[in-house]
Amino acid sequence: MRALKNPLIAALVVLIVASALGLLTNSYIQLIVLFLFVNSIMGMSLNLVNGYTGQFSLGHAGFVAVGAYFTAVMTTKFPVPDGLAGLPYFILISLGSGLLAGAFGYIVGLPSLRLKGDYLAIVTLGFGEIIRVSLNNAPYLGGALGISSIPSMPEVDLGGFVVSNYITSLLFAIFWSVVCFFVIWRLLKSSHGRCFLSVREDEIAAEAMGINTTKAKIQAFVVSSFFAGIAGALYAHFTNYVSPASFTFLMSIDAVIMVVLGGMGSMSGVLTSALIITVLPEILRSLKDYTGGVDLRMIIYSLALILIMILRPKGLFGDKEINLNWRKNVGSST
Amino acid sequence: MSAPLLDVRNITMQFGGLKAVESLSFQVQKGQLAGLIGPNGAGKTTVFNMLTGVYTPTSGEVAFESKKISGLKPFEISSHGLTRTFQNIRLFKDLTVLENVLIANHQHVKYTWTDALFLTEAFQVEETKLVNRAKDILNIFGLSNKFNERSANLPYGEQRKLEIVRALMTEPKMILLDEPAAGMNHSETHSLMELIAKIRKEFNLTVLLIEHDMKLVMGICEQIFVLDHGVKIEDGAPEKIKTSKKVIEAYLGVDADESH
Repeated sequence: MRALKNPLIAALVVLIVASALGLLTNSYIQLIVLFLFVNSIMGMSLNLVNGYTGQFSLGHAGFVAVGAYFTAVMTTKFPVPDGLAGLPYFILISLGSGLLAGAFGYIVGLPSLRLKGDYLAIVTLGFGEIIRVSLNNAPYLGGALGISSIPSMPEVDLGGFVVSNYITSLLFAIFWSVVCFFVIWRLLKSSHGRCFLSVREDEIAAEAMGINTTKAKIQAFVVSSFFAGIAGALYAHFTNYVSPASFTFLMSIDAVIMVVLGGMGSMSGVLTSALIITVLPEILRSLKDYTGGVDLRMIIYSLALILIMILRPKGLFGDKEINLNWRKNVGSST
Repeated sequence: MSAPLLDVRNITMQFGGLKAVESLSFQVQKGQLAGLIGPNGAGKTTVFNMLTGVYTPTSGEVAFESKKISGLKPFEISSHGLTRTFQNIRLFKDLTVLENVLIANHQHVKYTWTDALFLTEAFQVEETKLVNRAKDILNIFGLSNKFNERSANLPYGEQRKLEIVRALMTEPKMILLDEPAAGMNHSETHSLMELIAKIRKEFNLTVLLIEHDMKLVMGICEQIFVLDHGVKIEDGAPEKIKTSKKVIEAYLGVDADESH
């Protein structure tokens, strides 16, 4: 099918690069590669609300937590099929995580998207905290201890040829990243997505042009929280452990940094900054050896962010995209 | 005479103690080109805001095609076929000229999210049709070589035109133009006048415009309503307005000798 051509090519390219990178190195690097995907999905989904629809949400970690806990509960409190059969099961569970987070997004969005700017930021921030505090006080969900021994993606034995669980995890992560990317990308190339942009640009004018801006905002919010839930599901599988402490306000801030650093409303930008946010702190970890044990990691990390924002106030990419298409594509879509 | 297309009945807009518009009534017939004039602060833009749902009138009623539209949300009114442009240009600044125009047709788009995600036949066909239609209207307005230009980068006069194009793309029956010639020079105003007359014929439109350029108003409007301090002081054909004592007084004030 023509519609699936680009997503498949993208998935294949990413798979080759990531698996080469992962197989040639140790499990530490492998985990960083997996987290690159989790962060990318988090960034892309938040970008839909903060970058493209122009609504400032600060509660992304709340939706990630909902997704992560759903996966954690479904895979630890209920029996999970082994081997190859586990793969579709996990995908279904992650889909459930997304749907549940999306439902939360709808419930939160319905009243709060009437608010603008700072007020919306405060409400979504509050939502994130409510989720975290509720999880802290839910004995069934492990309270402050959280839920441990969440299964990783299974190893698959294909008649003697064993596919390691790193590769199955990678496939899982790439599958959802590619789905997330293309859903948002194609939506934005359609009339439905253009509504989101018009809300960002001028709400009054958008209304006068016949666009139900409240509906558009809620749609963007639900799609965004759906993918945040997916990111949560991946997170749970890759760390094997979730606790309320994993989903603090700082995680929401990280997501916002990814969007702002890359450029509000640029897919290329948010993916690039997801790479920076994931890799830079890890690279700086080794710095300790040279500074005589003094940890300058976070200082340099913050300085780098400040410098980038001074030099490129609209983010690395602004609202531009890396254009792989050298033909002029007026009004056409990928 | 058949029922008027736009029927405004006794609308009042009160902001706290201030009555911006007071029991205003007027009718615009289908196909007419009408003008709404008045000195600064007379309440003209407030009237537009009430007609398009930005404000809900404190009292009174607005009917469009004999259906009540006051109290509806702006996007609902727009889907009835009544749309507008803005006095202080409100384009989607960071989007291209083409995108600005495409967005305005959203309410007529039939393809679903699934169509868009899987690039189905329905999506491709409709999107192509949409783009062609947008380009056609842009061509009429002489914006044919600016499709991919960021709309904020257009010269002022073209931004005003783009607002009209965008409004036309909602497929309206009636369009409200809020000072379309503001800030334009003499020749630009002149060509805009011709353009308004032309699109009115071509798109079968009814037009109501607010304008300070008396030459433009007197030149093309068939019916003029004069507003002063929120009250309608006169209406009728341009000839009548030109000689009306009340209108001259509203604009120029009362002669000191006569006021005693």
